[in-house]
Amino acid sequence: MGRVKTEAPGVETPSLRKRRRLHPWPLRIMHWVNAVVMLIMIASGWGIYDDDVIIRGFHFGSFWRLGDWAAWSLNWHFAGMWFLVLNGLAYLAYGCASGRFREKLLPIRPSEVVQTVVDTLHLRIAHPDITVYNAVQKLLYIIVILAGISQVITGIVIWKPVQLSGLVALLGGFQTARVLHFAGMAVIVGFLIVHVALALLVPKTLSAMIAGGPRLKPSGHTKQGRAA
Amino acid sequence: MRSPFRPNLPPDAAVLDEHKPLIRSLERRGLIRGGLSLGALVMLTGCDVRRPEAVEAALLAISRFNDGVQALLFDPNKLAPTYPASMILRPPKFNAYYDVMDVKPVSGATWRLEVSGLVADKRAWTLSDLQALPQTSIVIEHICVEGWSYIGGWTGVPLRLFLERVGADLRAKYVAFKTADDYPSSIDMASALHPQTLLALKYGGDTLADPFGYPMRLRTAVKLGYKNPKWVTAIEVTNKYPGGYWESLGFPWFAGI
Repeated sequence: MGRVKTEAPGVETPSLRKRRRLHPWPLRIMHWVNAVVMLIMIASGWGIYDDDVIIRGFHFGSFWRLGDWAAWSLNWHFAGMWFLVLNGLAYLAYGCASGRFREKLLPIRPSEVVQTVVDTLHLRIAHPDITVYNAVQKLLYIIVILAGISQVITGIVIWKPVQLSGLVALLGGFQTARVLHFAGMAVIVGFLIVHVALALLVPKTLSAMIAGGPRLKPSGHTKQGRAA
Repeated sequence: MRSPFRPNLPPDAAVLDEHKPLIRSLERRGLIRGGLSLGALVMLTGCDVRRPEAVEAALLAISRFNDGVQALLFDPNKLAPTYPASMILRPPKFNAYYDVMDVKPVSGATWRLEVSGLVADKRAWTLSDLQALPQTSIVIEHICVEGWSYIGGWTGVPLRLFLERVGADLRAKYVAFKTADDYPSSIDMASALHPQTLLALKYGGDTLADPFGYPMRLRTAVKLGYKNPKWVTAIEVTNKYPGGYWESLGFPWFAGI
């Protein structure tokens, strides 16, 4: 709260100060920690991948790899995993406890997804109220959260395939688990490309993730948010 | 053909050795410094980062912390899955820090296994001495740190049985190995005592072939491939951290799976 005060001294009224911003500060910290750690995990993962490729002939050049050879890519990966998991658990706990997931990501109606896609194809991509996510945004955020969880599970499985041999069998063997871990990366990288492109197209979403964005109505919902 | 396991840019091991005492003393500071460097370094992902000293020290500190976590995660009673003999890959995959053409065969007749450190009986062993001990066979998956894996069938003396025979101090921390191909290696005692850790003499029912460690190599189901030294010539039981070939170049030491 002290932070809010310094940003706009004297302007805040008590009632306004109670209103949450679109992205409260814990969420912004977790977002940017995750952004850095995800890049570390992805780039070091590419370094590990390159020692024994899954797709024949498909390599990541040294420009894309973190760690100048496999040992250091591994060390980056096994250091980054702690930050990824701890930050991710904090994010999931925050999202559930604060009601943010329920408020921002649910419900998703298939008809709205279709409508949003149709609108987008007709270039109707105006996004006047950044406090409400459209159905496609909700779907993408849910997919990437699930992909992140899946990466941690498949990652632990290929790290400890003997200790977790039951889980390996469930996933269809060590090599299948390894391919799933690679596929999860591909999903996250795909999301990342769309996510960054859209943030750059609608710059106020980017500044909101830095400064917090607009203050929400006292209920914590916008009108449309409740209706959605 | 060049071994895919060989690094493109082999770092100078001497540098690592020099810094080892420093690294051990720097764990917490290293973590903090590393944390500060994380943000800066990720921006440089694409650049030719030559591992700044502080980053390297922080990563090695976390790697040693991870070794401790891995030891806690290791369940000495958990058995690796085993497979039918029909799934055994013949011949097994060759891997070393050099090419298969550079393998120098070892003579079984003159081969001796030295035993040293915290053991009661330091008598050297011959191949027939080992063959006279009770043998165990397992068909297990070999998983390389690079990502590839295959099913192999191994027969030999359980390392636990061997350590008991030589009167080893089973509370010691490490079991270290020296090999004919100058590939030092070491494992923790808990993994050494695991029932699927063998001093392997045979593969798929036949005497080990030269490229795969004849006359004797370590084969453990609970470690990554690089913790399975071939052509073992000496075993030492010790409390002093022995390290290993890849470990001295930066790979994690525990490497449990």
